[in-house]
Amino acid sequence: MDKKNSLTLLILTVCLVVFPFIVTNTYYISTMVFVGINGIIAIGLSLLMGCAGQISIGHAAFFGLGAYTSAVLTAKLGFHPWCAFFLGILLSSCIALIIGIPSLKLKGHYLAMATLGFGEITYIVFNELTDITGGPSGIGGIPKIYLAGYAMNTDIKYYFFVWAFLLLILTLSLNLIHSRIGRALRSIHDSEVAANAMGVNTSKLKIQVFMISAVFGSVAGSLYTHYVTFVSPSSFGLFFSILLVMMVVIGGMHSVWGALIGAALLTILPEFLRALKDFEIFVYGAVLLLIMIFLPRGLIGGLEYLFNRLIKKV
Amino acid sequence: MVKRKLLILGVVLLLGLALSVNGFAKKAEVKEPYKIGCLFAFTGPASWLGEPERRTAVWIEDKINKAGGINGHPLKLLIEDTKGDPTAAVLAAKKLLKEGVVAIVGPSTSGESMAVVPIMEEAEQILVSCAAAEAIVHDPKTDTERKWIFKTPQKDSHVVQRIYGHMKKSGITKVAIITDTTGFGAQGREQLKKYAPEFGITVILDETYGPKDTDLTPQLTKIKGTEAQAIVNWSILPAQTTVMKNRIQLGITIPLYQSHGFGNTKYAAAAGEAAEGVIFPCGRVLVAEFLDKKHPQKKLLVEYKKAYESQHKEDVSTFGGHALDALNLVVAALKASGPDKNKMRSFIENKKGFVGTGGIFNFSPTDHTGLGLDSLEMLTVKKGKFDLYKK
Repeated sequence: MDKKNSLTLLILTVCLVVFPFIVTNTYYISTMVFVGINGIIAIGLSLLMGCAGQISIGHAAFFGLGAYTSAVLTAKLGFHPWCAFFLGILLSSCIALIIGIPSLKLKGHYLAMATLGFGEITYIVFNELTDITGGPSGIGGIPKIYLAGYAMNTDIKYYFFVWAFLLLILTLSLNLIHSRIGRALRSIHDSEVAANAMGVNTSKLKIQVFMISAVFGSVAGSLYTHYVTFVSPSSFGLFFSILLVMMVVIGGMHSVWGALIGAALLTILPEFLRALKDFEIFVYGAVLLLIMIFLPRGLIGGLEYLFNRLIKKV
Repeated sequence: MVKRKLLILGVVLLLGLALSVNGFAKKAEVKEPYKIGCLFAFTGPASWLGEPERRTAVWIEDKINKAGGINGHPLKLLIEDTKGDPTAAVLAAKKLLKEGVVAIVGPSTSGESMAVVPIMEEAEQILVSCAAAEAIVHDPKTDTERKWIFKTPQKDSHVVQRIYGHMKKSGITKVAIITDTTGFGAQGREQLKKYAPEFGITVILDETYGPKDTDLTPQLTKIKGTEAQAIVNWSILPAQTTVMKNRIQLGITIPLYQSHGFGNTKYAAAAGEAAEGVIFPCGRVLVAEFLDKKHPQKKLLVEYKKAYESQHKEDVSTFGGHALDALNLVVAALKASGPDKNKMRSFIENKKGFVGTGGIFNFSPTDHTGLGLDSLEMLTVKKGKFDLYKK
């Protein structure tokens, strides 16, 4: 990881630690918890989309797999939450492997369709496997998760818990991108044929990055489950998958920071716009439209542009 | 190109300003108002539930304030959209609690309600849900009613008992059930299977269908091939009318029972002639004008129905009624005991003979729904209109 990224990470950490002491309203804290959860999946998706250039319109499925594994194992079978947490990761990565081998051979729209299909199938399974998933009525009464003997039972505790995970995942991702593997992934993004010719094992790398992003999705899912303590299929449908893609695109595809900014914007904006009542959806759409018209490289692209101009002037 | 971009930007900014001015123009009321939070899904896939609920809430707020408020305090409803999404409902509930509401009414769907229940229990604040699932008020783990949670829609199990009771009288012992795959359908399916033995009825076929299905002849052909004496179609989706139409097309003549999810004039209209003669238990909102003059619910129902239909040019549904009952209940509690959540809770828990659109509510510590079997009326469709079933 280079200096610029380390510095930004440090600033982010400081801001995050200070935030709950300035803003004590638990509603804002809890919005930030969801920003963190969505951020984790978006970072994973950004590795897949922005870095390796592979699209997935079914990422809500991995989020759901993590969430349901945690929910079913802890609420119904009495597993330890951490045990369920890791089993969720295991399950998601196995499924990502099985799905990834055939589907990542596809390109462009076809890959989009395949992942879309996977997302829909998972959604149907959540709905129809009533005996295990509780069907459309969902599963309630999920226990809280414990960390070193402390229950994560308040918004503030959970806020730190989730953002600690996010920082960990962000650091991992930044390191990955700036490693040999990261460069290989970016070469796939630019030209798969050229990457192959240079001796990069593209099919293996694509599956690996798909699995990593599935794991991040599963982590976010388990964190969601133990926070809301209720899961039902409607949280893991096509709309959420599309929202995730939007987070990555709006934030800026070429950087994981973009995914985080996109997740923050698309989670906070609807809450912020609540005051507008009926016009909410209209303004929401307008904001997204304006970003895409004026900042085709996403929010992070715009920020970088401004920053560079500022430096030039100084 | 740059000019055009600037033009777009300008137009959008101006529109935004116009909206925000509109938002700030309203002045706060002088006397301290009582705040009640409302969570309704008035956009998204459950908006057909949330929109009538919101309209009803706005109507009752206006009505109460015009009549001088609650003990002189104006009523202020903080209505939030949940979009049919549990996550959005959780955030909206936290927002409302922070804004100091004395109680929350809603959410519209069972899934959202289940997500909001833990928050309300932790905060020890009253929630009166507008969704049907019994798990909302009843904790299956401890087999007790949840302390702070109430709901106003009729129980699914009561609907099932009314249907089976009617069948028993008509000498029906073998039924085929066909349910949708939403939460509503899944709950109904569970209850239909659970209560069948109690009424000496056997479910000989159990079929389901999805929200987007447009042809249900395969399921119905299967049913036709059995010895079923009646069909129960349990759904809250528009697809339920397909069952009715396909049944006529296949020449199936055994009686068709519907759930209370059919209680929407749009569905009766969509099914057309195929809906004639179906039997279903439902609250009395739909047949307000046919009720006996002395019926305790008559006055409330007729007033609500007239006000709703003249204001919105749309037929009244039972769903808006659930919100009306929930709000009236909280308002009654406020009137009786002021904004003290503990007193309000025990007022609601011990309230007897409360007249609502869903029936006469008799709450108790062991029953946070408060409605009995008599809250439902057997209805039918006659010439495209809902009517009382008489036989």
